[in-house]
Formats: sequence, C-alpha cells, structure tokens
Amino acid sequence: MSHARRNLSGGMVLGIPLLWIALFMLLPYGIIVTFSFWVKKYPTFVPAFQFGNYVTLFTDPQYVLVLLRTLKISVLVSVASLLLAYPFAYWLVFRCRSAKLRTWLYMAVIAPLWVSYLLRAYVWKTILGTEGVLNSFLKSIGLIDEPSSIFLYNQFAMVVTLTYIFIPFMVMPIYTALEKIPANLTEAAADLGMGPWRSFWTVTLPLSAPGIAAGATLTFCLSFGDFIAPFLVGGPDGNLIANVIATQFGAALNWPLGSALAIVMLVVVLTIVSLSDRMERKGATGGI
Amino acid sequence: MAQSPNRAPGLVSRYGADTAFMTFVAALMAFLYIPIWVLIAFSFNDSRSLTWPLSGFTLDWYVKLASNGDLLAAIRNSFYVATGATILTLCVGVPAALALHKVSFPGKTVFRRLILLPITLPGIVTGISMLNMFKLIGFPLSLETVILGHATALLGVVVTQVYARLQRLPKSLEEAAFDLGASPWRSFVDITLPNIRTAIVGAGMLSFVLSFDEIPVTFFLTGRDNTLPMYIYSTLRRGVTPEINAVGTIIVLLSLVLIVASVVATRETKQK
Repeated sequence: MSHARRNLSGGMVLGIPLLWIALFMLLPYGIIVTFSFWVKKYPTFVPAFQFGNYVTLFTDPQYVLVLLRTLKISVLVSVASLLLAYPFAYWLVFRCRSAKLRTWLYMAVIAPLWVSYLLRAYVWKTILGTEGVLNSFLKSIGLIDEPSSIFLYNQFAMVVTLTYIFIPFMVMPIYTALEKIPANLTEAAADLGMGPWRSFWTVTLPLSAPGIAAGATLTFCLSFGDFIAPFLVGGPDGNLIANVIATQFGAALNWPLGSALAIVMLVVVLTIVSLSDRMERKGATGGI
Repeated sequence: MAQSPNRAPGLVSRYGADTAFMTFVAALMAFLYIPIWVLIAFSFNDSRSLTWPLSGFTLDWYVKLASNGDLLAAIRNSFYVATGATILTLCVGVPAALALHKVSFPGKTVFRRLILLPITLPGIVTGISMLNMFKLIGFPLSLETVILGHATALLGVVVTQVYARLQRLPKSLEEAAFDLGASPWRSFVDITLPNIRTAIVGAGMLSFVLSFDEIPVTFFLTGRDNTLPMYIYSTLRRGVTPEINAVGTIIVLLSLVLIVASVVATRETKQK
C-alpha cells in the first residue's frame, strides 16, 4: 500500500508540470508550426497548407543573408567568449593559489548576470557611439582628432556587446569541467616527461571538452536569438533573425512568415542542444 | 584543490607565464567592470551628453526619475510581474524537479529536455508562440499573460537548481522516514523540504531578477502596460539620456544587495 501511495504522490508531482508543459509549450509550439504553413492575405492571413514561407526564407536573398549573418555573429560570439573564458577558468582552477581570491574572481564574473541585460547592452551603445565615451576619451588624450564612427553600428559592436553579456555562461561550465579533472592526471603526464603544453593539449583540454561544448551551446543559442543588441548597437545592416521575426509580428504583419522563421530558430537550437548533449555524454563515458 | 606541480620547467618561464595570466585576468576584469562604472559615473554627470571628461556632479537625473510617473508605474508593474512569475514558476518547477529526481515514468528524457529547453531557447520563440496561442483563443494580452510567459521561460532555471540540490541529498534520509511510517507528504515536508529550502530560495531570487529584467517574452505578451525594461527600451528609441544611467545605477545597487543576500543564503547551508 505504501507503494500505491508513492505512485499517487508521484502522479501529483508530475501532473502539474506536465499540464503546464502541454498548455504553455507544446500547444503554442504546435500553433506556430501550423501558422508557418498559412498564407498572408491582406490585411491578415488565412489557413492553408503550403511550404511557401519556408521556400521564401531559403531562397529570398534578403532572408538568406540575415540567416547567414546571424550564424556568423553567433559563432564569433562563442569563439570570443571561449578565448576569454578558457584561460580565465584555467588560471582560477590550476594557477590561482588563494582559495579566497578564486571565489571572489569567480563571483565577479558571474555577478553581472544579476545586473539588467538591457542596461549591459545600453552601456556599450553609450561607450562606442560617435558622441560616446570611447571617442571623447580618445580625443581628450589626443589619440584621434575627429570622433570616429567605426566603433558603433556594425558587427564588431554586436560581437563585443554580446560577448560582454553572455561570457558568464561560458565561464561557468568550463570552470566546472576543469575543477573535475584530478590533479594526479597532469602530474602523471609531467612524470612521463610531458611538457606543460603537451600535457595541456593531450590531457586537460580533451577532459574539459564537455564544459566547452556546454558553454558554446549556451552562448551560441543566446546570441542566435538576440534582438536587443542588434537594435541598440547593430545599425542598419546589423539585423539578426530575431529582429526580422519581431518585424513580421509588428509592422510587416506577416505572422506566417514570422512563425516559419521561429520554427527555423527552434530547429537550429534543438539541433545544437542535442549535438552538445551527445558530446557531453561521450565525454562522460569516454573519459576516465 | 588542484595545485600546480612544483617541478615546472624553469623559474623564469613560470614567472613569465604567471605575469601573462595576471595581466590577462586584470584585463578581463576591466572589460567586465569598466562599462558598469561608466554607467554609474554618467548618472551623476551634469551634462546631457555622455562624453568624456565628466563635467560636474549633479543629482538632477535622480530627482527627475522621482517625478517620472510613467517610470514609476513601470517599476510597479515589474514588481507585480516578477513576483507573480516567481511564485508560479516555483509552484511548477519544484514538483518538476521532484518528479525528475524520484519518479520514473515513460518519456522522462523528453520531459527533461522539454522543461530545460527554455534555458537555451531564445525568449523570442517562447514569446511569439504564446502570443499566437493567446491571439488564437482570443485571450487579451495583459501583465498576466506576461506572467505566464515568464513562468514558462524560467522553469528551466528553477528545475536545474532544485534538481542539483536533490541529487546531493542522501537517499537514506527519505528511506528512513518511510521505514518509520511517514506518509510521502509528511516525509516531503519534514525531510526533503528543509533540505532543499535554500535551493528554492536561491532559484526564486534568480527567477525574480531574470523576470524583472526580461524583454523578449514581455515584448510580445504585454498589453498596454509597460514593465521597467520595456519602458527603458522604448525611451532608447528616442535616444540616450543620463536618466537611464540613473535608473541603471539603482538597478546595479539593488542587484548587489540581492547577490549578497543569495551568498548569505547559500552559506547558511554549508554550515549545517
């Protein structure tokens, strides 16, 4: 009877989340899938079953360009975050001798996550602008004569801003992965006569791969769906997919096309998440 | 902790590597924190334009905030939304974490994936898919629809935090409770809940902050009312003003308070 009671309580803890998922995730996803096959017909749109929206997305140069640009920016943000986060996490775990300093520095990188994301994007607009802090600073120390417009409203500004915003998501999983590596492995490598570089490439780096995969997944997916940074610092040629989706649901009033774009985004994210899941599982079993 | 071995090649190269690492860490800290100081510094600057050097000290921008009715309404709305979303997401997320932890059922992997999906899924997808649904069934958009959207988007955060804590609890505790004849409910209230309490508080605080700050979901699901980030977002369309820096500075201060509070909350468990 205790078994039956356990089952009953199990059903209860499961029931609420299942209902929520069905109502607020599965149903809405089903609806955008449906909408993505509909047709725009002025002034709204009508039910249909055709692939026209998807054909448009993958043939109209306007959308293909935005898709490619979004992919490029997201990859650049992931790479930039990795290049900054990895040495930092490595230093914290293996080189930093004071446990207190380690905790403080780790907290210092995570803390900005608690500060408004919009404000962190906004502040880069004020720093990089023609009338901005960086330009006026460079002018005041005599490095430039005229304010330069090269900093803001381009892809460079977007990569800097998004890296700034999402870097904690790269530091956290890499730090966790590095922390799990037993010290005796690198010591064994040194005993076997491996130099520090070789032992890094053959021991440490492969063992931290699951952390890199998790961090890259997060930074890529978050940048891939961002529309605030492009709006603030991206400029006229800086639209990303999410901006186009927002336009389809706003001014352009083409919900079917916007839904199709959202499905493309969903598929890209799902693909990346399952790839990285597979990699992490491989890391877990193929490792030690 | 993993300490570097002392048989490193040469002292000189070791010293060089340490200096290089230190410089790098200092540069990273500068990259992370100079923008925040810029944000704060210009909220006290007595010029409308945000240019270097700072021209003089003023509190005018803060005084202006206090008399800005739209802004105050937006702040109130944000508190309402964040509170509602946090409560809802905890009510759904904690049972979900419990289910993942101890109930085995068919489709558990799919369930886990779905519930964690919003962590990596851009908010815009959650936003427009729920917008489509509300429009289809003719449900008017309001702050309440925003709450539902946030609660859905934040589920993954709550589930990961609470689940991680559950995994670290020794199974024997609950088994002992069952052996002593405690009902599932009783063992949950007396054994499990006290042990995961701080994780729930931590997840709740993080959810509150994330909801307070949320834009992509809010953007699509709000009716006529604005939340604070939406208000800031719409003023940014008209340009940059130090008033936004003043709001930002207040938010930074509040975040700091919350960070300290969450550190204190987790420290309490370590002592036990």
